[in-house]
Amino acid sequence: MKDNKVIAVKNLTKRFGDFLAVDAISFEVKAGEIFGFLGANGAGKTTAMKMLIGISKPSSGEAMVAGFDVYTQTELIKKNIGYMSQKFALYDDLTVRENITFFGGIYGLSRATIKEKVKVLVTELKLENIIDQLVGALPLGWKQKLSFSVSLLHDPKIVFLDEPTGGVDPITRRQFWEMIYHAADKGTTLFVTTHYMDEAEYCDKVSIMVNGKIEAMGPPKLLKERYGAGNLNEVFLKLARGSKPNE
Amino acid sequence: MSISLHQISKTYKGISAVQDISFEVKPGELFGIIGPDGAGKTTLFRILTTLLLADTGTAVVAGMDVVEDYIAIRKSVGYMPGRFSLYQDLTVEENLQFFATIFGTTLERNYELIKEIYEQIEPFKTRRAGKLSGGMKQKLALCCALIHKPKVLFLDEPTTGVDPVSRKEFWDMLKRLQAKGITILVSTPYMDEAALCDRVALMQNGRIMEIDSPKKIVEKYPKAVYEIGAGERHKLIQVLRDFPYLYSVYPFGEYVHYTDSRSDLDIPELEEYLKANGLTGIYIGLTEPTIEDVFMEMAKE
Repeated sequence: MKDNKVIAVKNLTKRFGDFLAVDAISFEVKAGEIFGFLGANGAGKTTAMKMLIGISKPSSGEAMVAGFDVYTQTELIKKNIGYMSQKFALYDDLTVRENITFFGGIYGLSRATIKEKVKVLVTELKLENIIDQLVGALPLGWKQKLSFSVSLLHDPKIVFLDEPTGGVDPITRRQFWEMIYHAADKGTTLFVTTHYMDEAEYCDKVSIMVNGKIEAMGPPKLLKERYGAGNLNEVFLKLARGSKPNE
Repeated sequence: MSISLHQISKTYKGISAVQDISFEVKPGELFGIIGPDGAGKTTLFRILTTLLLADTGTAVVAGMDVVEDYIAIRKSVGYMPGRFSLYQDLTVEENLQFFATIFGTTLERNYELIKEIYEQIEPFKTRRAGKLSGGMKQKLALCCALIHKPKVLFLDEPTTGVDPVSRKEFWDMLKRLQAKGITILVSTPYMDEAALCDRVALMQNGRIMEIDSPKKIVEKYPKAVYEIGAGERHKLIQVLRDFPYLYSVYPFGEYVHYTDSRSDLDIPELEEYLKANGLTGIYIGLTEPTIEDVFMEMAKE
């Protein structure tokens, strides 16, 4: 496997009894790529992601994540990835500084490193005035930016983002995408799962899952051309309803 | 007017949730309240559905005052809250019967109104509500909100957390309910859904920034919007920020949206500037502003 592939998946499958939740999916994601992993509710996105982050064993197929095997090296995978979701966020009852320190500790960073990270984040995110405030009192946009920064604390090769910008105002949302671009520029791979197609438009490459299978994959522009659609939402609707692409 | 608000304000523990809100919704209109989390959408819905008292201002729904006539209003409006609020331990059918009984009606009496929606969840009628998928929960909640044939329907973020296919189906259902004469007030954080409403109010931080038809709102946008693409997206934004004639730049999917501080953009000049700063694969083209462009411009002020 070449070094610049941080995720390589081949025929990955998960079966629950007779039900094929994930049906032999294959794809590759490069370092620094923003990869959108799309699908309707129940398409198999979550199951596939659980296998990639090492919390669910595949029924068959292969997958390497951050250079580690999803069957045998799940603990190493967990150490080398970051995760951010709106459901799993920061502790509301801790301050910004305490949250950073806590998560830094969880990832095994030294006190000195954590102190340094706090300093960098204060400058980069302009946290001077809120660093000792309780996270629960912050606006949603702040929480999202902060929880993204926390997911990057241990310099993971890949960060998994689950519907990262849902609900925030359009300006904050764009600030957030700029943070994602910045992380990608530095070589971090961003794996974004979402069912909001306008969020998907920001990705370098997307895959669309329907009934456990990847039905389409490529840069948003290419998919829009291939399916004769004005935006990814139309592409998604065509695929999910089973129409065939215009060839 | 089906809904009419006059200078409604509400404060929680010293924090203003909605401030000086006035607008009117015509009978049979599909009216959208568009705004992010924390804009005050839910507070407004709770005031209009008589579940919360405003500090100041007055509101009338279906010809009745929300304070004086709250009991009568509850009988004539349907409300689908943002959080799924049906009984998870009751089956689909039991939930419907429960709500029908509460409103002194039966499933059969207004079946015509919910038929089309109910038929989609009928195969699961013996399943507990808690075990339904997101799309099906949403359809069941809508059926329950319609069971007493309301004159006005309040839907608070009905499409949040719902996939594109279910979203599309949901908006199609709303259009058909509207055709049956029901007035609909719907809120959403998704700007692209504004285009599906007759008129919208753009809301942020407890205030309404603009009310009009989606078409008129984008027509009012004062500047020409250019979409610009380059191989290096992050760098493109940073380089554009340093351009002396920049008015605004925002990431927008695969492109960025750029507006110039002058009335005429000199495209070759900008292209040269971008090239000189090491950008490759440059594309510059005029595009139509979207509701999001308008929203961001107003939120800035």
